[in-house]
Amino acid sequence: MTATDVLLEIKNLKKYFAMGSGQYIHAVDDVSLSIFQKEIVGLVGESGSGKSTFGKTILGLHSKTAGEIFYRGEALPKKYKTSDYRQFASRMQMIFQDPYSSLNPRMTVGEIIGEGIRLNKTFKLSEVKDRVAVWLERVGLQADHMSRYPHEFSGGQRQRIGIARALILEPEFVVCDEPISALDVSVQAQVVNLMGELKQSMGLTLLFIAHDLSMVRYVSDRMAVMYLGSLMEVGAADDLYFSPMHPYTEVLVGSNPEPDPTAERERLSTSIQGEIPSPVNVPAGCRFANRCPKVMDICRKDTPKLIAINDPEREVACHLYG
Amino acid sequence: MTPLLKVTNLAVEFSTYGGIVCAVRGVDFELEAGKTLAIVGESGCGKSVTVQSMMGLTPMPPGRLVSGSARLRGEEILGQRRVQGKEVRGAEIGMIFQDPMTSLNPTMTIGDQIAEPLQVHRGFSRREAFTEAVKLLELTKIPEAQKRAKQYPFEFSGGMLQRAMIAMAIACKPSILIADEPTTALDVTIQAQILDLLQDIQQEIGMAIILITHDLGVVARVADEVAVMYAGKVVEFGKVDDIFYRSAHPYTVGLRAAMPVNDPSRNHVLSPIEGSPPDLFSPPAGCGYCSRCPEAMEICATEAPPTKALNRGHTSSCWLQQDGAPHPESLFFNEERL
Repeated sequence: MTATDVLLEIKNLKKYFAMGSGQYIHAVDDVSLSIFQKEIVGLVGESGSGKSTFGKTILGLHSKTAGEIFYRGEALPKKYKTSDYRQFASRMQMIFQDPYSSLNPRMTVGEIIGEGIRLNKTFKLSEVKDRVAVWLERVGLQADHMSRYPHEFSGGQRQRIGIARALILEPEFVVCDEPISALDVSVQAQVVNLMGELKQSMGLTLLFIAHDLSMVRYVSDRMAVMYLGSLMEVGAADDLYFSPMHPYTEVLVGSNPEPDPTAERERLSTSIQGEIPSPVNVPAGCRFANRCPKVMDICRKDTPKLIAINDPEREVACHLYG
Repeated sequence: MTPLLKVTNLAVEFSTYGGIVCAVRGVDFELEAGKTLAIVGESGCGKSVTVQSMMGLTPMPPGRLVSGSARLRGEEILGQRRVQGKEVRGAEIGMIFQDPMTSLNPTMTIGDQIAEPLQVHRGFSRREAFTEAVKLLELTKIPEAQKRAKQYPFEFSGGMLQRAMIAMAIACKPSILIADEPTTALDVTIQAQILDLLQDIQQEIGMAIILITHDLGVVARVADEVAVMYAGKVVEFGKVDDIFYRSAHPYTVGLRAAMPVNDPSRNHVLSPIEGSPPDLFSPPAGCGYCSRCPEAMEICATEAPPTKALNRGHTSSCWLQQDGAPHPESLFFNEERL
């Protein structure tokens, strides 16, 4: 990969939320990540690690506290104006986690999906309907579904509507915020495969946020592990999954039960004590130190930097390597 | 030997504006003391209604018990509040729910909520019950239990609330603990903690667990026996190894193929089950899975398949297991594990 292949370059991105009385939630704290063209980056971590905030801040749904984001080398604005949203909405889109609360119950499916291109005025009103019909079929629904309301659809179908709404503007980059975690297992695979097909046919670049590692490994080219607002490890999906380097990645992979009873009986208990600390008072040193099974003295003092280990694609932030 | 719990032909329906929903259409299963039974299936397949109607938690009306019985140590519990002098709900059967945030009372301290069943079922005084509640919190490995018992639910994280729910459910040492998707709302790391905790407690007080889930990974990890439900019926029942290595029903096979496996070769593609579950307002005459089944035959659409015993304790309801039926290759792809 060369620098020209980079679609999105995120440098030292910070997003703090003020809590009053001078306290801040450090939701995203100094994250740098490059996303290359036509790749899927899986972003994993526990709830409260700042994954969703990171995705939303990239798209300007939260205005960033500090840091820079470059889209094809062009810096994105610090705070979005209405005209900026117009400009960037056709390039960057988002698919939301909960297919129940992310669709307006009082709009028909046709209105929901068509709203983007109607506002963008790239199509005549008469064409909007045709485009919506095409997209409904592309995501596996029927064209005559456009006059129905969201409540008439199942969770998997609603998620398809959400996908159609995001992709009808033919964006280059899409943030998928846990698009499958609210769905049943049999339907998850349907949605994952659909997104894979669309990615192929449209040449999309995706940031795929999830907490289910085994599913993310299937869809991603690279994976990034986030903990308490910081990236812990970045690497090719299979490398990271099958030979995790950071102790936190190891714990995440190890906690994921496999659908194989023999393997599960042989597995040693990998559960770790404790929970993710509050992002208000972030501990000094490594953020994972108080739960880490391999903690050393230095971990509580110095914050490890994300550095490349052996191959340039693999980056780890841990004192064990360095 | 009589099993601890034997459910036969349980059927529950609900009358709604849209008509009558046949949520559970004849469910049979058995549970032995000290064992873990996992009930697996998609949303809407009737897993939760099955256990809730057993405990009398389904509001009737609109619900209606069409048929069936559930016997605890041989005694009927459907429609009964007490058996053998003990209350069914709380004392004999404890329950934990999917969403610990909404299932606890936000206006009561955690300690008081855990103490409540002890006061109601065991006649403890308030003070005794509170002391016991602190012990239970310690048992569920909540640090600083004494202090935590005086806090309110909003001061707890999701994983801690689920621990408190477990403490409450096991307060009266029930013989069965029903866990309805206990880890679905939690992170994998916390899920691992809660599953370990459930297994530790199971060994300590020797209760049986009915675990409702849709995650086959969780099933593989904790279950002794598995009931696979689809469209209100148990389509396959067996030991965990039977279900995973000798899956008989096409639905079980489909579910397993839709799950990611930890295999470094990427060649394995996820094969989803196309379509969606049938409408239970007008349940299909034949097999419920017929419309999505890759192996469906003519008979499947018209007649419901009988349940056939395949092995010791392994049953499946599919026409393919009847004598003279064809043997499609797709059903035997996992034989090499035998």
